[in-house]
Amino acid sequence: MSALSRIVSPAASPSPPSAPPEATNRQPPALELCGLSKHFTLGGGLFKRGRTLGAVNEVSLRIPRGQVMGLVGESGCGKSTLAKMLLGLTTPTDGDVLVDGKPLRGADQKALARHIQPIFQDPYSSLNPRKRIEQIVGLPLAIHGLGSPRERSTRVADMLDLVGLPKRAAQQTPGQLSGGQRQRVAIARALIMRPGIVICDEPTSALDVSVQAQILNLLLDLKREFGLTYLFISHDLAVVEHLVDRLAVMYLGRIVEEGTREQIFGNPRHPYTQALLASALTPEPGLGVPDIGLNDAMPDPSNPPPGCPFHPRCPKAEATCLETRPRLEDVGTPGSRVACHFA
Amino acid sequence: MTASNVSSAGPSVPSSSATGPNTKPMALGEIPLPAPVWSRLTRRLFGHRGLTIGLCLVALAVLIAIFAPLLAPHDPYFQDIANRMVPPIWHDKGTWEHVLGTDKLGRDYLSRLLYGTRISLTIGLIAALISGVIGTTLGVLAGYFGGRVDAVISYVITTRLAMPVVLVALALASLTGGSLVTVIVLLGLLLWDRFAVVSRSVTQQLRDAEYIYAARTLGCSRAYILVREILPNITGALIVVITLEMAHAILLEATLSFLGMGVQPPLPSWGLMVAEGKAYMFFQPWVIVIPGVALFLLVLAINLLGDGLRDLNAPGGRN
Amino acid sequence: MSLLEVKDLRVDLPVEAGMLHAVRGIDFSVDRGEMLCLVGESGCGKSMTSLALMGLLPRRARLTAGRLDFDGTDLTAASERQRSHLRGRRIAMIFQEPMTALNPAYTLGNQLCEAYLRHKLGNRRAARARAIHLLERVGISAAAERLNQYPHQLSGGLRQRVMIAMALMCEPDLIIADEPTTALDVTIQAQILRLLRELQQEFGTAVIFITHDLGVVARIADRVAVMYAGEVIEAAPTAALYANPSHPYTRGLLSCIPAPGKTPPGSRLQAIPGVVPSLVGHVEGCAFRNRCPQAQMTCEQTPPMQALPDDHRARCHFADRLAPAVPQAEMSS
Repeated sequence: MSALSRIVSPAASPSPPSAPPEATNRQPPALELCGLSKHFTLGGGLFKRGRTLGAVNEVSLRIPRGQVMGLVGESGCGKSTLAKMLLGLTTPTDGDVLVDGKPLRGADQKALARHIQPIFQDPYSSLNPRKRIEQIVGLPLAIHGLGSPRERSTRVADMLDLVGLPKRAAQQTPGQLSGGQRQRVAIARALIMRPGIVICDEPTSALDVSVQAQILNLLLDLKREFGLTYLFISHDLAVVEHLVDRLAVMYLGRIVEEGTREQIFGNPRHPYTQALLASALTPEPGLGVPDIGLNDAMPDPSNPPPGCPFHPRCPKAEATCLETRPRLEDVGTPGSRVACHFA
Repeated sequence: MTASNVSSAGPSVPSSSATGPNTKPMALGEIPLPAPVWSRLTRRLFGHRGLTIGLCLVALAVLIAIFAPLLAPHDPYFQDIANRMVPPIWHDKGTWEHVLGTDKLGRDYLSRLLYGTRISLTIGLIAALISGVIGTTLGVLAGYFGGRVDAVISYVITTRLAMPVVLVALALASLTGGSLVTVIVLLGLLLWDRFAVVSRSVTQQLRDAEYIYAARTLGCSRAYILVREILPNITGALIVVITLEMAHAILLEATLSFLGMGVQPPLPSWGLMVAEGKAYMFFQPWVIVIPGVALFLLVLAINLLGDGLRDLNAPGGRN
Repeated sequence: MSLLEVKDLRVDLPVEAGMLHAVRGIDFSVDRGEMLCLVGESGCGKSMTSLALMGLLPRRARLTAGRLDFDGTDLTAASERQRSHLRGRRIAMIFQEPMTALNPAYTLGNQLCEAYLRHKLGNRRAARARAIHLLERVGISAAAERLNQYPHQLSGGLRQRVMIAMALMCEPDLIIADEPTTALDVTIQAQILRLLRELQQEFGTAVIFITHDLGVVARIADRVAVMYAGEVIEAAPTAALYANPSHPYTRGLLSCIPAPGKTPPGSRLQAIPGVVPSLVGHVEGCAFRNRCPQAQMTCEQTPPMQALPDDHRARCHFADRLAPAVPQAEMSS
């Protein structure tokens, strides 16, 4: 961790300097991230100190209730680590997560589980191959001791019906289902305890396109039905644009741009966002593959470049970018934040 | 690709479509249901030749062990000094009275062999179970928690691997004095290394499976995750190790008994029978061949069974 | 004459439940310097087709073909020697996962030069020079030093560039690329696709590009063959296919993808109901009829490949009778 970021970071302060203006709303957001960081130590042994890898650095975000917040970025940018922190799978090095205004730090995992549930990417590895679907979907109820076995099995049956699975699926094992059906099972398991927030970590990227549409429709239906709040992590920009209300773009563990769907897709300000949007290949023949104008210098996350982390690949980089890291600040329209000297 | 499988075929449906049991036209629109579990199980069970042979032989051994008192023609401990070293039935001087002959004390060899099955199976099973519990616990803990836990357990495993089993077992048995119980406990405490190594590496692979994450986010306890989510998924690997270690324990018991530090006379252990017969092996080779063959067949059968069970136990794949 | 001519290619795999007909009699051809995209979802047989062409099928698989001609040589009749010569020297392959396609134990230089030296195209010095030239051409800086590096020292995008350079080492006539950018991030994918398209046009190499992504296909392909359940169900020049998708499956696929500016955000997407049929055992009739909105009694019979205008073919009984007025078909504009 550089000294610079230490100074910039108001470690775990309850109101980060760059919080979006909805902060004044009377109702707390469903999910709020305040200066969240996660650092890993690499290559350390018993007697030597390893290098520090800042997987997530000072991420602040607020997701209003009932909205879909998209999170995009390339592999290794820290979006999965961020998801793990929100799910209580790893403890943040620094910063806080507030669920409905209450801090997550020190909270009981079971209490957390009733508010936040995940849908993972790979429906082949997210279901225990040794269990029947009924057991998998009913597990949350069993663990939390909700209802009698009979009530549980009715709720499981209702849930399976709700996600569009046939009755007989309850007695099958994951190996007997297709990828799309398995993802429906994973959704049923996530929603059976009626959590308010669902973390969708690339929920359709392992599925075929024809199945992807079914799952996206289902996610949208369920969101309307239960008033869910989604954090939707994806690399597919067409899907993100279709689904989200707001979007945050991550690069090397930091958010480099955040705004509403219209702001980001209509007027991307950060050069990385611009490149991302340019590289989305829509099915329009004749356009060819665009030149997105990025350099190839891929940065090493354990040894991030000084100044703006994006400068080695940025076509607009100038001397300032090599020295000072731009802060994520409100630019132009309220609620739209960008970390670029030239935005 | 070899020349043989690139053949010119006309546009007509190739003959290959006639192969396979499932040739009737399947109506589209309905997802093919897997065959009923039982018929699939029997097909896999008997489709696997090694498994079938292993299963039959082991079942036979178990039946013999259970019904030894009914099957044995004589008391295995009764010494008939008048009829010592009677040769088996296929020998010129063999008699139907003692089908496999008698030993140097005139005890019926067939009866001793049948009762010996009990000792071998008991030792194999209990020793494998004890070592299985020790090794799997250590391995799963090391694999799941990693870090310091893993470092300490790995050190213990390495230490154990550096010890020569037979020598350590001999030394300890000579301290405590050999007996059936000593042998079982000793082997149980010595043979857990493979369980630990296998369960550790399999658990490491499973630790980051998304269903483990899903269980953790639900607030499942560590014990629940280890026992209910991970353990069922490593049984396939463990079954193979159990059979290997059973066979290993049976052989080690025979070795220890042969060296005089295992099961003590007059118990009819196969290893002991070989030991007692070794003075006569040049003139009456059957006294060591018979228990030797029995030992060989039992160990082979257990290994075949283990390999077969592993194949059978593989969960339905991704297709 | 086409560079590669495939007629009635079939791949059968014995599985526990019977015989899996992974590829069920497909026809296609590739001209010199042409980019043909095979597009389809998982299990449609596209990867089996590429493996069949490269001779990399699993041993138990059975391959039959009416015709399999490469540049006038009948591959079905060729000797093992001839085939291996063709495959290393004149047909090259780029795999999906560059990490597993490169051997971690050898330097990049070793791996780049291997095929070149094996096919005796020149000496070590010439191989090295060509490797450096190609690495520079695929946009890798400090190429000479890279030759001494090992695959793990490169990022995923760079590795895929190395794979492209490696494929070009022997100046092949045909490159088979099996989902070469699926494992990469979108920005890297755009850069690699652009590079591949550029090089393909510069060297006049024919490419069979296998993918599931209709967006990628639209941007790079000259011609497209859409596969479903082991068959080519529609084939056409790229513009014609997107302007006038004639098989219900192709139309369904195109309407599944949210199209920015056309699908209102948050609206329901059109999905193809149901699942792909099992290809184990005898399959008869149109394989798509269980999911097809227009299926009729006729569809119980296997539809023929119907020729349409613009070198466009579709395997549907109603391909010529369906007006392109189905919703979403106005993707083209």
